[in-house]
Amino acid sequence: MKRSLLRHFAAHSSKHAALTTAIPRRLASSLSQRPNAQNVSFPGAVKSDFTNVMSFVQPADIAALPTYRAIDAEGEPVDSSFVADLSDSEIVKLYRDMLFVAVMDLTMFDAQRQGRVSFYMVSMGEEAVCVGSASALEKDDVVFCQYREQGVFRQRGFTAIDFMNQLFSNSQDPGRGRNMPVHYGSSKLNIHTVSSPLATQLPQASGAAYALKIQHQQNPGSVPPRVVVAYFGEGAASEGDFHAALNIAATRGCPVIFLCRNNGYAISTPTLEQYRGDGIASRGIGYGIDTIRVDGNDFWAVRAATKRARQLALQDGGKPVLIEAMTYRVSHHSTSDDSFAYRAKVEVEEWKRRDNPIARLRKWMEHKGIWSEDLEQEARQEIKREVLEAFRKAEADKKPALRNMFTDVYEDMTPELEKQMHRLHDLLERYPDEYDVTGFDGGKKSLQKGLNDA
Amino acid sequence: MTWKWQRAAYSSLPPSARLNVPIDYSATPLLAQHNQTALRNPELPDAVRGGPTQRMNLFQAINDALSTALSEDERVMIFGEDVAFGGVFRCTTKLAETYGSQRVFNTPLCEQGIMGFAIGAAAEGMRPVAEIQFADYVYPAFDQLVNEAAKYRYRDGACGRHVGGLTVRMPCGGVGHGALYHSQSPEALFTHIPGLRVVIPRSPIQAKGLLLSAIRSNDPVVFLEPKILYRAAVEQVPVGAYTLPLSKAEILKAGKDVTVVSYGQPLYNCWAAIDKAEKDLGISAELIDLRTVYPWDKDAVFASVRKTGRCIVVHESMVNAGVGAEVAASIQEDEQTFLKLEAPVQRVAGWSVPTGLLYERFNLPDVARIYDSIKKAVTEY
Repeated sequence: MKRSLLRHFAAHSSKHAALTTAIPRRLASSLSQRPNAQNVSFPGAVKSDFTNVMSFVQPADIAALPTYRAIDAEGEPVDSSFVADLSDSEIVKLYRDMLFVAVMDLTMFDAQRQGRVSFYMVSMGEEAVCVGSASALEKDDVVFCQYREQGVFRQRGFTAIDFMNQLFSNSQDPGRGRNMPVHYGSSKLNIHTVSSPLATQLPQASGAAYALKIQHQQNPGSVPPRVVVAYFGEGAASEGDFHAALNIAATRGCPVIFLCRNNGYAISTPTLEQYRGDGIASRGIGYGIDTIRVDGNDFWAVRAATKRARQLALQDGGKPVLIEAMTYRVSHHSTSDDSFAYRAKVEVEEWKRRDNPIARLRKWMEHKGIWSEDLEQEARQEIKREVLEAFRKAEADKKPALRNMFTDVYEDMTPELEKQMHRLHDLLERYPDEYDVTGFDGGKKSLQKGLNDA
Repeated sequence: MTWKWQRAAYSSLPPSARLNVPIDYSATPLLAQHNQTALRNPELPDAVRGGPTQRMNLFQAINDALSTALSEDERVMIFGEDVAFGGVFRCTTKLAETYGSQRVFNTPLCEQGIMGFAIGAAAEGMRPVAEIQFADYVYPAFDQLVNEAAKYRYRDGACGRHVGGLTVRMPCGGVGHGALYHSQSPEALFTHIPGLRVVIPRSPIQAKGLLLSAIRSNDPVVFLEPKILYRAAVEQVPVGAYTLPLSKAEILKAGKDVTVVSYGQPLYNCWAAIDKAEKDLGISAELIDLRTVYPWDKDAVFASVRKTGRCIVVHESMVNAGVGAEVAASIQEDEQTFLKLEAPVQRVAGWSVPTGLLYERFNLPDVARIYDSIKKAVTEY
C-alpha cells in the first residue's frame, strides 16, 4: 500500500505518454548521455541539439503563420493550382446552403425579438467556414459542434423543418423540448447534440475519433475508415478542454480534425484579451499536430484545407489535424447581446461590405457564368418561403409530452423519478388553475403510472 | 519490538484500546474466508455457485472483473494515468499485455481529458472504463461528468445517443497517511447529479460483481474503490463471471433494535462496533450495505428502520450534505418510517474538515464513535 503510494508520487514527477502503440519499455542504457554528444538524449526531447549560446525563443521573432487563400475578395483565383472540384450544380447547392443560413438567421433573429422563440444565435460571416468544411466530409464522418454551425447541419441535410422543430421545442424536436434553441443534434446526420458548456466537445471528439479508429481496425471489412470533426471558437480554445483534447488526440493518434472559427470575438472579448500567441494555429505545432490557417471567408480555401485534412487524419493509422479559419463575427453574439456596446458599428459595416463569404463565392460564380442577380433574387425568395412555411408549421405544433421531463435521465426510469413524476401529476390535479398544460402533448395524462415512455 | 516513541504517529493505537483495535481482515465475517461461504451467496448465478473460487484481494478482484469485461466485449477499453504497466495500485496488471495496447493504454496526465475522451468513445458505441488515479483528482473532470456524461442521454433525446458504456473507476477513502489529497471520498458530490450511478463495493466478491454490472450497465457509473482494502481485504472469490445488482442494498446482518447503514470500508468498523455493543448492551443491530449510493435502495432501508425504529448512517466523507443527510432526510420524509422512529437518525461521519495527515484517527468514523452512537440510540431513547 505504502509502496504504491510512493510509486505514485514518483510517477507524478516524470510522466510522458507513449507515442508508439507498443508498450513503452525504455532500458536505462538507451537513456545515457554519451560523452561529447551533439544532441540530447534526455527522454523528454530526443531531437534537440545542444547549444552553447543561451537565448530565449521570442514569439515576436517568428513570423505569423500564413493564411491560405484560394480566391480573393473579388472572387478571383489567387492559388494557381486551385481547381474547383465540384460540378456547377454542386457548387450552386452549397452556395444555396450558405444563403439558407443567412436568410434563416434574419428571420429567426426577428422572431426572437418578437418573443416567438426564447433565444437565437446567428452565424453571419461564418457561413463559408461551416458549409465549406462540411462539404469536404463523408456522411459517415462524425461531427461535434459548438453552436454557431448551422451551415454544417444544413450542408449535411438538415431541412427547414428540422431547424424549426428544435427552435420551437415542439413535439417533433429530437431534444424533446429539453434544450435551448440552436442546440441541434442529429443521429441520422452523425452530428452530436450541441451542449452549452464550451469546449467540452473537444476531448469528446478525440475519444470518438479513437472509437472510430478501433472500430475500423476490429472490423476493416464492414466499418470504413472515418474521421471526426470538432468545431469551436477561438474563445473556447482558452478552455482547459482544448489543451486536453489536442494533447490526447496527438498521443493516441486519433483521426480528428479540430476546426477553429476564429471570428475575433468571444462575446465582448476581443482576441487581444483572449491570447497573446499567434492565434490558435501556432498552438497546434506545440502539440505535434499538422496545422493550417485558412481564410474563413473563402469557401474554396476552407473546403480544400478540410479535404486535405481528412486525408491527413487517416494517415499513419490516424492522427489529429488543426485548421484555424480566420473570419469575423458580423452579427451580435446572440439575441441576448448588443455588440455595439463593445465595438463600433462602422467596423462591422466595413466587414459586411468589404469581405463576406457569401458575396465572395457569389462573385466567383458570376465570373464563371453560373450565377446572376436574377437567380440570386429567386433563390432568396424561395428560401424565405421555405423558412416561413416551416416556421409556421413548427410554431403551430404541440409541445412534447410533459413526461419527457422525467425520461432519458437513465436508461430506465428509477423508482425515485417515477414517484416524483406521480407527485407532479397529483399536484396538477389538485391545482388545475395554477398550471397550464394545454399545449403539451397528452396534457397531464402523460405523467400517469403505467404509460410507456413517450 | 519498537519503543512507543518510535511508532509513527499516524498508525498509533493506544495499547489500552478495547474498541479501537485494528480490523482483523483475516477473521471478519464480512469476507468469505472459505469457498463454501463465498458460494452460499444467493445473488450468484447457479453456474458460478457450483464453480471454483480463488483467494483474491480487492485489487485482484477488480483486475479479474476488468479482464472478464475485456475478454467478453471488444468494445471495452481501459485507460487512464499509468494503467499500462498495471496501475499504481496494480488493478490493471497484465491487461495491456493480454488485450493489447490499443485497448489498454496510458493517457496524458489530464483528468478532464481522460473523462472527455471516455465520453466521446462511449457516445460512439465503445464501453470505456476510465481510471482516475485518486478520487481526490476527479475535480478537473467534474464538468465533463456533471454537464456532459450525466446529461448526454437526456439532451440527445430521440437521437438516442448516450454514454451508458462509460464506467469511471477511482480509488477513494482513508488510507492512514493519505492526508488531504489521497484520502477523499467525493461520492456525495455525484449523488447530487441525476444521470449518474454511484457505486462503492465493500469487498473483493462485491467489487468483481458490481464492477461487471457497472461496465455492462447502460448508464454512466462512478465506481469508487476503497483503496485501504486493495490489499487488506482478501476472500474467496468465484472464478466465473457474475454480476451483482446495482441500486440494491444488502442486509449483512439481521437485527431488531437499531439499523446501521453504511458502505465501503466503514462497514468493517460497523461490524466491530455492533459486535461489542451487542455483547455489552444485550441488543441486536441490523447492518445494511448500501452498495449503490445513488440511485439508492430506499425500500430496503425504510423496511429495516420501520422494524427497528432507530437508524445510524456511517460514512467517511464529511457529514455536511453527505450521503447520510440524504438517507436521514428520506427516512423522516417517508410517513410510514417517520412514525416508527424511536430516536433521531444519527450520522457518524467525517468532521467538516479536510483530512489532515496527523488527524485521520480522530476524523474518520472509528469503532468507538459508531459504538457510542449505537449506545446512544438504544439507551437514551
